[in-house]
Amino acid sequence: MNAEIPLPGSDSRALPVFPHRDLLGIEGLPRQAITSILDRADTYVAQNRKPDKKTAVLRGRTVINLFFENSTRTRTSFELAGKRLGGDVINMSVSASSVKKGETLIDTALTLSAMHPDVLVVRHPDSGAVSLLAQKVNCAVINAGDGAHEHPTQALLDALTIRRRRGHLEGLIVAICGDILHSRVARSNIHLLNAMGARVRVVAPATLMPVEIERLGVEVHATMAGGLKDADIVMMLRLQTERMSGRYIPSIREYFHFFGLDYEKLRAAKPDALIMHPGPMNRGIEIDSQLADDIHRSMILEQVELGVAIRMACLELLTQRARATI
Amino acid sequence: MPNTRRTAYFNARLLDPATGLDAPGALLTEGSRILDCGPTLFNDGLPDGVDAIDLGGLCLAPGLVDMRVTIGEPGEEHKETILSASRAAAAGGITAVAMLPHTEPVIDDEAGVEFVARRAREAKLVKIFCYAAITRKLAGVDLTEMGLLARAGAVAFTDGGHAVADALVMRRALSYASTFDLLIVQHPEEPRLAEGGVMNAGEVATRLGLAGIPREAEVIMIERDLRLVELTGARYHAAHISTGEAVEAIRRAKRRGLRVSCDTAPFYFALTEVDVGEYRTFARLSPPLRGEMDRRAIVEGLRDGTIDAVASDHTPQDQDSKRVPFAQALPGAIGLETMLPLVLEQVHRGHLSLLQGLDLMTRRPADILGLPLGRLAAGAAADLVIFDPDIPWRVDVDQFRSKTRNSPFDERPLMGRAVRTIVDGRIVFDAS
Repeated sequence: MNAEIPLPGSDSRALPVFPHRDLLGIEGLPRQAITSILDRADTYVAQNRKPDKKTAVLRGRTVINLFFENSTRTRTSFELAGKRLGGDVINMSVSASSVKKGETLIDTALTLSAMHPDVLVVRHPDSGAVSLLAQKVNCAVINAGDGAHEHPTQALLDALTIRRRRGHLEGLIVAICGDILHSRVARSNIHLLNAMGARVRVVAPATLMPVEIERLGVEVHATMAGGLKDADIVMMLRLQTERMSGRYIPSIREYFHFFGLDYEKLRAAKPDALIMHPGPMNRGIEIDSQLADDIHRSMILEQVELGVAIRMACLELLTQRARATI
Repeated sequence: MPNTRRTAYFNARLLDPATGLDAPGALLTEGSRILDCGPTLFNDGLPDGVDAIDLGGLCLAPGLVDMRVTIGEPGEEHKETILSASRAAAAGGITAVAMLPHTEPVIDDEAGVEFVARRAREAKLVKIFCYAAITRKLAGVDLTEMGLLARAGAVAFTDGGHAVADALVMRRALSYASTFDLLIVQHPEEPRLAEGGVMNAGEVATRLGLAGIPREAEVIMIERDLRLVELTGARYHAAHISTGEAVEAIRRAKRRGLRVSCDTAPFYFALTEVDVGEYRTFARLSPPLRGEMDRRAIVEGLRDGTIDAVASDHTPQDQDSKRVPFAQALPGAIGLETMLPLVLEQVHRGHLSLLQGLDLMTRRPADILGLPLGRLAAGAAADLVIFDPDIPWRVDVDQFRSKTRNSPFDERPLMGRAVRTIVDGRIVFDAS
């Protein structure tokens, strides 16, 4: 029934079918699947820079952004991605309201599923909640962040950013610094970078380091000097200051002194090391404000730009699979 | 008129852990009592006027005593009632259970104890005993009327799934209980260390992005309590221990002559944290499933006698409590109908003898609770389980008698299960 839906561009027939219905995490994804998403996203980067950004890849398709947790950036990025592909995008913020009314996650999932969306993009404060929801619906599900578990599209856009600057990921030394304990971005990046052959280090005070994190295939460092030594990429994580001070760290002042990224600490890294941050930044807490704005070092805005392209590629691949199986 | 009907069970494999008996033989009951039993009974033929039952070589053992069961009555009858739990227990070969006091309302006064006794009489299947709370409303502050509660029938005192966290309250609870030689049962978990945690701290929790409970939360509480036991001379029991360190701490305390005991549940020797898999909420337990080294240490503790008892730790939870994200799920799993076969699994694997395995579920828990149960002896209650230790079957939770389905063992292949359960001479379960 979908034979007449135009396929995007001449090369799309060669698109490899993504191996899963959903994108719930990076862990377990084969290198080839990651590469195919990055390759596809590369083509959208170019398209997004043109005045006419719109295609018909998702024409007639419905994407629902279902956010159980506040987010402006990620939701906007997915919304733009869906719209640029010509899909109908609906945003639903479920925050606490439905939960207060007693509606469970599964009720919400079944209700939305009954409306026949093609893709659900879901963010939830609990680890595993998105995969639980995915088990109950009949459409593709993209995890836009679940608790401290995974945030796969962030890791993919980080990888795309690095690959476009460095040409490859293999063999690069990547230092991920900050609140590893609560970070889904860190976990997705660890899985992705390992799959692509990079060397991953994590740097944090012990209170913010998850136990047995080394079993995920990373080097654990307690100092920025050691963790950043000869690093190609420095990824800073957001510190959730409201729940940190006096508990996990004594003070913001002390944290910035030992773990905040500034020009001084960056000297341990390679001279052309690049800086990344998933946003939103706490200037002066995890990263020096001037350094964050340094166009020679900071890729922070580029990450935002490429995020849209990555999400376009993900939406396309998942809906293409649905088309292929009809 | 007293029931004087006699029943002869012959051609049985008699198993009595209390006397070490494991031999072919027969057992005679009269009404609710065991009249006689032994390898030579009926050697001269069956007497007249008895109901004779040929067991065809099946095992005949004292009915199992399960010292840790959560029942939703009063307060959460949609999860489990005394009647539904009784049916499940009977089907599991269990003839007596000790029910935890964390009901709604909490069993912290005589009326609560009497309510349970009345409901158990009405159900009239297995024997239901109950614990009473150590502290009123389980709030960890004011002591309950332990003396009066014990007189009303409370078998021991515990705050159920809550630890008595305050050292001073625990000291006074132990000290006061020692006045009447009552038993204090602790949920050994340092609550601040466990705060927010939903599974064992370690690689699996890190991978899943779930907050962990360190193993140390258990042994820290036990070590503290053991000091207080030393100070007060009280009787103390650590419930559902799950770590190797806890086993070692109890082992040392017993060597020093302290009056301490402990139990574990089948979850902790049959599963590990890996069974959480991809956020399986049925594997969310309290204490959490630990790693393989701990599992082995628990098996060793069972083998060398450090662990005194196996309890089912049966905790019914309905779908609304489990079909939610892992961190929001309530902890606990049902276990009445899988306790015997999971202990038998350890027997089949050669870690325990059959008598050892049964001892952990009969005489020893009965002795800890001061109940005159768990023995095949003339004059004892005719609480019996007849089981086939070798019959292969596969767990199917839909066949269970519990009201809820939250078993982490669904579809697990097992060997051995109860064939018939008898309480006070009455058949309360018959598989045929």
